[in-house]
Amino acid sequence: MGAVEGIVTIAGLALITLVTRGFFVLPDRELPLPGWLREGLRFAPIGALVAVIAPELVMSGGALITTWVDARLFGAAAATGWFVWRRDMLGTIVVGTAVMMTLRMALGW
Amino acid sequence: MSSSAPSSLSSSRLNRLRALFRHPEFSRGARDMVGVALGIGAWGLVTGMAMVNSGLQVWLAVLMSLTVFAGTAQLAVTPLMASGAPIWVIWATALCLNLRFVIFSVRWRPYLAHLPLRQRALMSFFNADLNYVLFMRRFPDPKPAPEQVPYFWGGVLVNAGSWHLMSLLGIALGQRVPVEWGLGFAGTLALLAMTYTMLADRATWLPALLAGAAAVAAYALPLKLNMLVAIAAAVAVGTVIDHSRPRPASAAGRP
Repeated sequence: MGAVEGIVTIAGLALITLVTRGFFVLPDRELPLPGWLREGLRFAPIGALVAVIAPELVMSGGALITTWVDARLFGAAAATGWFVWRRDMLGTIVVGTAVMMTLRMALGW
Repeated sequence: MSSSAPSSLSSSRLNRLRALFRHPEFSRGARDMVGVALGIGAWGLVTGMAMVNSGLQVWLAVLMSLTVFAGTAQLAVTPLMASGAPIWVIWATALCLNLRFVIFSVRWRPYLAHLPLRQRALMSFFNADLNYVLFMRRFPDPKPAPEQVPYFWGGVLVNAGSWHLMSLLGIALGQRVPVEWGLGFAGTLALLAMTYTMLADRATWLPALLAGAAAVAAYALPLKLNMLVAIAAAVAVGTVIDHSRPRPASAAGRP
């Protein structure tokens, strides 16, 4: 990515941070918000998150993986188990990464 | 009233800052945030490492870390930036991931609406997820009060401070950690953990699963459009579920 393009992209991202966080706080007058929109928008963040995660876990080289012998699957499973058990984000990340890296480096998965 | 010096107009800014730092609610806000600072720091570290490991140049990663201040969006868009996705796809992705803040801002308004625009803008920018969670726990009653502003900034100091420090450390470390270790996976897991915390509501499981399936199925689309397909799927399915099965008095529900 070129310098100018990078700076423009990041400036836009910073503006998005400001505008989304202040969307209903920044205007001087109260903005009306239709109920269906408020409800529907509730699902956008989780849709976006899962859309980032899913291909990272079950695809490689642009195709769905066809084997369960993949360190990422076990790492994700371990992370999920830890989260269900302890509800703690840091542990979830550490445990899942440790399992994935152990399998990858020790067994070459 | 405790925050204003005896009506001298000359020494305004510095005195106001000093009063802010000395206010007991400032340290209370900071202390409340210290409890979760480790998690914030880890998240920042992973984000910093993931940014450079995804192939983004270091100076861009530093600039992004300091100015964008939105971990989830940063993690999601850095692979897009590194792979040369079009700028509008990058912005649309960040916008969608930040939509939750639009929802949060509806609840912020009654607390902040009386403040001047500059202050509202500054507070909005630093207003991350955990600031929202802790503030709403401390001040459940949606009315403005003078101690809210120092409490807010105390939390910001710890939240933004630990975030930026660890994020820059992550950027510094990221390049020394071999890519084949797959530490970028930690970033994916951070997103996964964040997703799990949002799955508290059962009605979000189905939209989430369908969004994941849609993202994989539509992966071959150009411009990372699979992202938008997945979001549309989540919103559509979620809305249909909402309407077909009205649920009594959910926390998010309003008349």
